[in-house]
Amino acid sequence: MEGNIAELGKYIGVGLTAIGMGGAAMGVGNVAGNYLSGALRNPSAAASQTATLFIGMAFAEALGIFSFLVALLLMFAV
Amino acid sequence: MATEAHGSESSLVFHPMDQFKVTPLFGDGPVHWYTITNVTLWMALAVVGVILLLVVGSRSRSIVPTKGQSVAELTYGFVYKMIEDVTGKDAVKYFPYVMTLFIFIVFSNMLGLLPLSFTTTSHIAVTGVLALLVFVFVTVLGFVKNGSKFLALFWVSSAPMAVRPLLAVIELISYFVRPVSHSIRLAGNMMAGHAVIKVFAGFAAIAAISPVSILAITAMYGLEILVAFIQAYVFTILTCVYLKDALHPVH
Amino acid sequence: MATDTHGAETHAADAAHAAAEAGMPQLDFATFPNQIFWLLVTLVVIYFVLSKIALPRISSVLAERSGTIMNDISAAEELKLKAKEAEEAYNAALAEAKAKAQQIAGEARAAIQADLDAATAKADAQIAAKAAESEKAIAAIRDGAMDSVKDVAKETAKELVAAMGSTADGRTINAAVTARLKG
Repeated sequence: MEGNIAELGKYIGVGLTAIGMGGAAMGVGNVAGNYLSGALRNPSAAASQTATLFIGMAFAEALGIFSFLVALLLMFAV
Repeated sequence: MATEAHGSESSLVFHPMDQFKVTPLFGDGPVHWYTITNVTLWMALAVVGVILLLVVGSRSRSIVPTKGQSVAELTYGFVYKMIEDVTGKDAVKYFPYVMTLFIFIVFSNMLGLLPLSFTTTSHIAVTGVLALLVFVFVTVLGFVKNGSKFLALFWVSSAPMAVRPLLAVIELISYFVRPVSHSIRLAGNMMAGHAVIKVFAGFAAIAAISPVSILAITAMYGLEILVAFIQAYVFTILTCVYLKDALHPVH
Repeated sequence: MATDTHGAETHAADAAHAAAEAGMPQLDFATFPNQIFWLLVTLVVIYFVLSKIALPRISSVLAERSGTIMNDISAAEELKLKAKEAEEAYNAALAEAKAKAQQIAGEARAAIQADLDAATAKADAQIAAKAAESEKAIAAIRDGAMDSVKDVAKETAKELVAAMGSTADGRTINAAVTARLKG
């Protein structure tokens, strides 16, 4: 069970970074939920806004992907 | 292999990243720029898929379409409508370029979902080149079409004068981050999904939890099919948005 | 200095290679030229396949289809119009035919009337002529009868006179009978 302290720090860091993906999950959920509530209030305008929905989702998701990338880099490349 | 030696000690063997390795298709030499690798194979398969769908599928040119032809027409109409809605009617002449990006990413993503396949779009090198092509194309097009007026994109004229320089800096940064997020989004999504599936597959080695693991793989696979399409859609629609910025740089 | 930076570079490359070995093939820069080369080849091939063959073909098929649909719709519209015209023409022809029939019937009736009138007039004239003839004949007969009566009366008067035993000359008897008949 021997190991070095740098390994320990690395894995703790990876775990902490993975929390960032939870933020992206909340962001994407927020986008989708608000789109749905808006679409239920005004269904006729919903179809024209699906592109915006996906763009918003992509932006929110990109930041989660960044944290995922940082986690991967920490895990494998550092 | 260090990881392999390490893995054989414990009961669980995880090699989630092995599937992304670039290896020569013939022989076992170093990878030069001209070497025929698994990248070549799967990109060639994507080209074959494109030709099968769009060229062979539409060969009958019938007025009442066959199955293959209606899928080809659906794809055509999907991308055409996207660029027309998002970018505007004057951007239709860039349609082949956008269609190339979309069809290549869709086919690479979908082919990557086949078992034992290699996902070309999970590599930063590939998506980075795709995003840089879009970035350079859009920037050059913006300056060619609008000249120095293209810089109005960074000068938010609707904001108060005091904060405009600050906003200009932020806009400039966000403009240059575009290719980064554009490429990493696609590669990260592809890589994440495949790695997660692989990790679940590693758990299947334990007999007690293998049914759960298989269920989880099935669910993830369904999600990945959705993600494969949505990421291609998002990449294309963001290309359209950037094109719109280049053609009509009013902020 | 130069060797130092060179050493640092090789060290960095070694680190990257080691990283790739350790787990992330995406960061193995040795494979980047290969991937980029084949990606560019692929993109160029797809671009040419799309812009030279696939997209013009599909767009022509779509244009043809919308053209065909438009043509069909306009043809249907035209046919509908033609049908309407034909119906109108039929109605007009029908009305005309009816009018003509009416006219012919009227003419025929008039002709018949005229013939009838002519025939009636002719018949009337004939009847009148016949009646006049008959009247003449009757008058002649009556006259003849009167004369016969005169003769018979004269004869009878002569005989009566003779029988009574006197003779009377013919002239006197005649005058007497005539006077008597007139009276």
